[in-house]
Amino acid sequence: MGRREIPEINAGSMADIAFLLLIFFLVTTTMDTDTGLIRKLPPPIDELPEDQDKVKQRNIFEILVNANDQLLVEGEYMQITELREKAKAFIASEPGNPTMPEFKETDIEGLGVVQVSIQIISLQNDNGTSYEMYIKVQNELVGAYNELRDEFAQQKFNKPYTELVQKSGSSDAMEMKMKAVKKFYPQRISEAEPKKVGGTE
Amino acid sequence: MSKFRKKGKKGQPAVNTASLPDIVFMLLFFFMVTTVMRETTLKVENITPKATEVQKLEKKSLVAYLYIGNPVKNLQGAFGTAPRIQLNDAFKTIDDIPLFVEMEKDSRDEAERNKITWSLKVDSKTKMGIVTEVKQELRKVNALKLNYSTKKTDKIFN
Repeated sequence: MGRREIPEINAGSMADIAFLLLIFFLVTTTMDTDTGLIRKLPPPIDELPEDQDKVKQRNIFEILVNANDQLLVEGEYMQITELREKAKAFIASEPGNPTMPEFKETDIEGLGVVQVSIQIISLQNDNGTSYEMYIKVQNELVGAYNELRDEFAQQKFNKPYTELVQKSGSSDAMEMKMKAVKKFYPQRISEAEPKKVGGTE
Repeated sequence: MSKFRKKGKKGQPAVNTASLPDIVFMLLFFFMVTTVMRETTLKVENITPKATEVQKLEKKSLVAYLYIGNPVKNLQGAFGTAPRIQLNDAFKTIDDIPLFVEMEKDSRDEAERNKITWSLKVDSKTKMGIVTEVKQELRKVNALKLNYSTKKTDKIFN
């Protein structure tokens, strides 16, 4: 027995390899978060607000989508790419225009008393409308609000709205600003009750 | 120095770290297995549409998924080609939604039950009829916070 000791393979780096794999899986699994358009449904029918039928025609931006995925916006045939501009013009109209929505004086924390448009966007789709088209319309409407909020935040607070949203979790001042912008351009998208055959709802 | 070394060699042996990889591998397998377990097998075609204004859903544990779409090719023989709703691992009908909502709420903490986001994973080819029905049903049982699951894109085309 001359040399009994065979040098062992160094397994110290094995742990590192395993850690690397572990971290890889940890990271990749959390990366798979869901993304999408977040919406709120109105509460069930028996809790409808009382002033529901008082909304004037001029305050409503009417969008109809038919079964062939065609758009009718305020009585006009339109392409989806034109919708955003049209919606923006409606949401951010000047006070005093008789064809555009009415304004209401509102006290907003951080902005004081300002004129806020009481616009409502009404969306009605057919049962045969494709989901893809529906999402496109929703997307354009959310986009219109986001762009306007961005512009307004930039003008008032010198920061884009997205930045305000990001920082609102950590800073109260940012949260106040974000809420002010949100209140100045409130997102009001109403989806009409689905049409039932043989009666009005 | 040589004197020092000799002394050291005769002293305490180093702690054996050979089992460390095993421990780490165990952890690794644990994570691999648990992440696979949560994933539901899709029984419906599910290619969600694309949108530009997408938001990330913050808390994964507070999201419940509802899948809507046509059954996948090899299930079409048994279930037909009309769009179906899949909840968890099985095909369900509109009438099963209230129960599903209750079950999902039950499995969360009491304080967080109203914060659940209901993520609709709807295939882009689906017609709105079934989606509207599902929405009405969710509304009836007070599941109001919805998410239309979409992928991010830069531009929307006609």
